[in-house]
Amino acid sequence: MATDAPRRGAAIGWYVLLSALSLIVLFPVWMTIARALSDGSATLFARTPSVLPYSPIQWDAFSRAFTEGGLGRPLLVSGLVTLIIVAAQTATAVGAAYAFAFLEFPFKRIVMVLCAATLLLPIEVTLIANIQTLQEVGLVSPSQGFGEAIGALTLPFLAQAFGIFLIRQGFLGIPKDLRDAAQLDGYSDLGFLRRVAVPVTRPVIGSFVLIAFLSAYNQYVWPRFSVKTNRWDTVQLALRRFGLDNPDQLNLGFAAAIIAALPVLVLLLVFQKQLIRGLTAGAVK
Amino acid sequence: MGKRRNVRQWALAYALLLPSLVVFAVFAYLPLYRLVHFSLYQQSSRLGGGERYVGFGAVWDVLSGERFLQGTWITIKFLIFTVPAGIALGVLLAMAAHRRLKGIKIFQTIFSSTVASSVAVSSVVFLTLVNEQIGLLRNVSWLSLKSPNSALFAAALSSVWQNLGLTFVIVLAALQTVPEELLEAAHLDGYGAVRRFFRVVVPLISPALFFLAIVLVVYGFQAYAQIELITGGGPLRSTETLLYRITKLQKNTDLQVGASMSLGLFGLTFLVALVQFRLLERRVTYGN
Repeated sequence: MATDAPRRGAAIGWYVLLSALSLIVLFPVWMTIARALSDGSATLFARTPSVLPYSPIQWDAFSRAFTEGGLGRPLLVSGLVTLIIVAAQTATAVGAAYAFAFLEFPFKRIVMVLCAATLLLPIEVTLIANIQTLQEVGLVSPSQGFGEAIGALTLPFLAQAFGIFLIRQGFLGIPKDLRDAAQLDGYSDLGFLRRVAVPVTRPVIGSFVLIAFLSAYNQYVWPRFSVKTNRWDTVQLALRRFGLDNPDQLNLGFAAAIIAALPVLVLLLVFQKQLIRGLTAGAVK
Repeated sequence: MGKRRNVRQWALAYALLLPSLVVFAVFAYLPLYRLVHFSLYQQSSRLGGGERYVGFGAVWDVLSGERFLQGTWITIKFLIFTVPAGIALGVLLAMAAHRRLKGIKIFQTIFSSTVASSVAVSSVVFLTLVNEQIGLLRNVSWLSLKSPNSALFAAALSSVWQNLGLTFVIVLAALQTVPEELLEAAHLDGYGAVRRFFRVVVPLISPALFFLAIVLVVYGFQAYAQIELITGGGPLRSTETLLYRITKLQKNTDLQVGASMSLGLFGLTFLVALVQFRLLERRVTYGN
């Protein structure tokens, strides 16, 4: 009984601290919501900045981001590009990981090193050369059509080394007994891959899918220079459209930022465990 | 028999690897080769006007020139602003949220939530705080976008916030691997909270902190949207990081400089990965 009071006091102290930290972390989000709800001119000409929305409050900012801000189209482009990248990366990574984990073939070491070395060549380093190449083959140009834009946005990301090695690690964790049993049952290599290896490593593959989604949907630099007309803007690029020079639509930009973050936020809430496993892969054994 | 099986396995292996190898060849190794080529040849301003060999001397001129060195220094400052603060805040949040309390999951979800925010989104989010016309904190001098001394700091702050979710998640996962008996034993040995943290916890989670440092440095080198959306490179080019400068050098006549600077950026990334590894390797305690 006597020890209960200080323990409860400590718990309350932790709650206070945790709540204060939560407020600090969430404060920028609150400010964005407040500015999305504020009339643009009121925001622009407010004498003293306020943490509250300026009146008249504009509840329709989020719908106007679609009707006036044209956010629907970039969302579709982002959705399609993300879908293609995630599907392709998962397929290519599973295949390559299988070869590295279970098959013996000439030059295996060299091929593995060449794959791993691409981790040192992020798209930012090779940016101007890659843009140059895609310009020469006609995928990047001011007159790029739908197919060309989607191609330019996805082609460099159809395969990626991180996924290969993450999934290979998962494959290597499959017990040898399971492999031997499958072999005795007459499974071919592809049969083993499809019926045993992939189902058994589903958690790892699932984590990778989430990570791939996150990085494909959130990327900015590559789309910024591979899309030359705002017709094919991704959501992230569309955020540039809302500037300070147009007070009428100032708040739409902040609404758009919230909308752009929503799909990932939903994923984070639904698949929290898997996503965290993916994010911490490599950091914690 | 065995030989045929071997050949079939080779064929299958390369068939499975082919898509990845094609992508890496076209979008990683070809551009690396082209960067070297572009850096050694000055392209003509006329379309299809050919190119002129300028050699390694020209590459050296770029890499020892003001444009590259300034960009590098600004990038390093960006790292100084984002990496240590990112790690420290991640540790702070994780230490606070790593405990048995009712409803702790809610706090953990809140702390990890900035994972959902992209660089572009968090840049727009921070406009509400630091923009020189509408930002809540526009009159705070050390965050002012009007001054070359503080603009980069304001842009860096948005990155620190954006990375909070990731740093928190990684440090928390590491803390959860620290055995409680060890902390209790340290407690019984008379270690206070501070000493327990630095002598027991930090050594055990140092591999995760090491990983985090690398990730944050890599992110720092790739910073672009923060600069474009928050500062536009200004004032007086004071926030033009290396990558930001490189992206401005895509015209034919600029390619030689742009490619040389890209190779410089590649070298820096490489160097930092190497130095960091060497330096931290000694201090990092790898458990079995």
